[in-house]
Amino acid sequence: MLQAILHRTGVGVATLIVVSVLIFVGTSVLPGDVAQIILGQMATPESLAALRTKLGIDQPAYIRYFMWLSDLMSGDLGVSKAGSGIGTIGTPISEMLYPRLMNTLRMAGVVSLVAIPLSLSLGLLAAMYPGTRLDRIVTFSTLSLISVPEFLVATFLVLILAVYLGWLPAIAYMSGNETGWQLIKALAMPTLTLVIVASSQIMRMTRATVLNVMSSPYIEMAILKGVPRKRIILRHALFNAIGPIVNVIALNLAYLVSGVVIVETIFAYPGLAKLMIDGVQTRDMPLVQACAMIFCATYIVLIFIADMATILSNPRLRHPK
Amino acid sequence: MSALLEVDQLTIDARKDDGSLLPIVKGVSFNVQRGEVVALIGESGSGKTTIALSALGYTKPGLEFTGGEVRLEGRDVITMPSEEKRQLRGERVAYLAQSAAATFNPALTIGEQVTESAVLHGHFNQEEANQRAESLYHDLELPDPERLGKRYPHQVSGGQLQRLMAAMALCSKPDLLVLDEPTTALDVTTQIEVLKAFKSVIKQEGSAAIYVTHDLSVVAQIADHIVVLYAGDLQEHGISEQVINQPSHDYTRRLMAAVRPPPAAGQSDETTGEHRRDVPALEVKNILAGYGRKQHDGTPAITVLRDVHMAIERGHTVGVIGESGCGKSTLARVMSGLLPASKGDVLLDGEPLQPDLRNRSRNQLQKVQFVFQMADTALNPRQRIDQILGRPLEFYLELSGDAKRRRIAELLQMVDLPQEFAGRYPEELSGGQKQRVNLARALAASPEVLLCDEVISALDTIVGANVIELLKRLRRQTGVSFVFISHDLSTVASFADEIVVLYAGRVVEQGKTDHVLSPPYHPYTRLLISSVPELRVGWLEETMQTQEAQAGIDRVVKLTEIGCPFFDRCPLAIEGTCDREPPPIRDIGDGHTINCHRSKEEFVR
Repeated sequence: MLQAILHRTGVGVATLIVVSVLIFVGTSVLPGDVAQIILGQMATPESLAALRTKLGIDQPAYIRYFMWLSDLMSGDLGVSKAGSGIGTIGTPISEMLYPRLMNTLRMAGVVSLVAIPLSLSLGLLAAMYPGTRLDRIVTFSTLSLISVPEFLVATFLVLILAVYLGWLPAIAYMSGNETGWQLIKALAMPTLTLVIVASSQIMRMTRATVLNVMSSPYIEMAILKGVPRKRIILRHALFNAIGPIVNVIALNLAYLVSGVVIVETIFAYPGLAKLMIDGVQTRDMPLVQACAMIFCATYIVLIFIADMATILSNPRLRHPK
Repeated sequence: MSALLEVDQLTIDARKDDGSLLPIVKGVSFNVQRGEVVALIGESGSGKTTIALSALGYTKPGLEFTGGEVRLEGRDVITMPSEEKRQLRGERVAYLAQSAAATFNPALTIGEQVTESAVLHGHFNQEEANQRAESLYHDLELPDPERLGKRYPHQVSGGQLQRLMAAMALCSKPDLLVLDEPTTALDVTTQIEVLKAFKSVIKQEGSAAIYVTHDLSVVAQIADHIVVLYAGDLQEHGISEQVINQPSHDYTRRLMAAVRPPPAAGQSDETTGEHRRDVPALEVKNILAGYGRKQHDGTPAITVLRDVHMAIERGHTVGVIGESGCGKSTLARVMSGLLPASKGDVLLDGEPLQPDLRNRSRNQLQKVQFVFQMADTALNPRQRIDQILGRPLEFYLELSGDAKRRRIAELLQMVDLPQEFAGRYPEELSGGQKQRVNLARALAASPEVLLCDEVISALDTIVGANVIELLKRLRRQTGVSFVFISHDLSTVASFADEIVVLYAGRVVEQGKTDHVLSPPYHPYTRLLISSVPELRVGWLEETMQTQEAQAGIDRVVKLTEIGCPFFDRCPLAIEGTCDREPPPIRDIGDGHTINCHRSKEEFVR
């Protein structure tokens, strides 16, 4: 048991290191460098070389990698190398990152607070009454919503809620000093979009897994023991379905942190994913690297938690013979 | 007084995809009196389980009650509202399923599952239920009853789980127990222990029971009345002794005829010597094999097989017997190369084979073919039978077009299947037919050695007997050598030329079938033979008195490195010797060996 946890932790750390190498290599092979961008097309080779030395990007790649990694370990995400004008050193990345990260986490938090209980209960309900009208409505609507791209969902929501009904603002730009009600209104539409996208998957997975478990002999046994339906689902079936459900939840949470750039763009919401895209556009490699590391770390941590939940919910793994 | 349960003109139909109804149970009537055990017996498809489940007002998905009544103390349970049915299930009528391993929820503790029904129905509060469960564990002779409830299903053995299911059913003191093939999946040694436990508990609790099985020998031990079913019709109904001793119906007689006689010497067909050569077809020497990560000395983490020698002469059949967990299947996997042995050699025609299947040549692979236990899982459900049989023909024999089609037709004929089956999918076939296809697939490669791993264990008595007849014919026709693995001694006795008895991964006795099955025996062989139920009333009681039964039935097989692995179950064990030193191999003569510290004279006792 302890061994399993240590093993998973080790695998997680190893993955993170591999990922950091990949990110570093990936960002290094992109053509053009920051010095070129800062100084522009007309810069002389001498001034380029001088700036490169100053920025530390003339060192061999492996040295830069270890410098970057050791900075990362000590919490120093480095300094943005773009957009700060000729000859000046840009803003520290952590300063740029922090408010964006908070925005992203706030959105992800709100979405998961709504989406997880909603999708779990709808999925369970559908599994409890398979083939009924309720089940068909849930199955049909989730399937349709999964197949529709998220930008379309977002656009429809804007059309209906902002343009026709005028209930909500069409964009969710954060100035940082919104009060409660304004904040809710501003967040409502992106949240709704993401809730729809994320819950469909969780709901379908819950329904499928629980239904699969429901056809196993021990469920038939529970029926023949006279166990009430509700208890069969919640006590007998759900415990055996936790593994796949937790995994799909983890993947969706990770998506909420890293994959929501389209939704952020549509609603002009200043989140982390959008920051990374901006970084790519300005060739601000330290910023891209930092964002990529955060996204990967999020994935790895969430999957680790899901693995742990799977182990804890399975007595075979919890109490080996 | 009226009967506890009256099944009255019961009909149950299956609804097919096109909406039409297919009769499964065709107007069956019988009664169950209080304190009486009624056996429902028949092949699969006879509707016995379906009838038994109707006592709980339940049908499997896809089936419907279409007529008749099932009255429990005069109340029809079929038309009962579902809430009332729920109250009745587990409380007044309790069900015991065939496979306890699948019927226990792996995520919940044993205690919770055993007491759940009694507590839910308000029969006991949790504490009383726990006490009741504990006393049932005592009665069922389960180990460590105080702490058993806190354990999970995967932490106890199969035989224990089967008895725990009895505890689960009995916990709320039901009036009627429905037992659905509760011992079919067990080893003989475990089976008699479980049977004994069921019988004494049923008597003690005074509850009535419906006992579903296809095994007449088991029925003879436990039932007061027997109901014989065939294809949903009642064939014969009467008191056990009368049905067994003077069966009046044709089908019952057929069923009796298919019961394999108890294992004894002199039953096997003598194989002719025409296919013989000097070198054995397949031989294993000094095999050490197991599972898990390799340690630095080259041995696996869990060693299953140790020092196994055996040779399969050309055209001969070697039966491998032993309880589950003794390493029978592991041995077949080593021979086929699916599990590379850590030490020792596998020789084909005297030539050493690579331990790992991946390093063997196509020609070598062709000569050793595997027939798996479960045809259901061994045959690809998305391939037609001609594709399944065609693949080895293309791969090994490079046949195609007409030649391939002709060979497929021949193969189907060899296993007695009609030609039109070539275009069908496995799911359209019955269990016995699928097993024949499984066999034909192995034969398609034109092998020299067939490894048959429990090939008839999942089949009914009559179907299984037919498959054995087929194997005997194939052996005569093709001269193929067989390694026949089974926990069913009677089958092995009727089919094998030689027998290897495995215990805890070691050979304890081997030799010609007639020698192994007649004294002198290894104590373990003796235990196995004496545990096979006989088709007569009263056998169970007699057997439980013997010293073998008292000493060694239903213990967990332990893998040990030192001494004799059978030490803790052996009635003849010598303290200080058997637990310390490996037993010597005693040569009884004519290739018959027994691995034991006791001498030949002492075995005969």
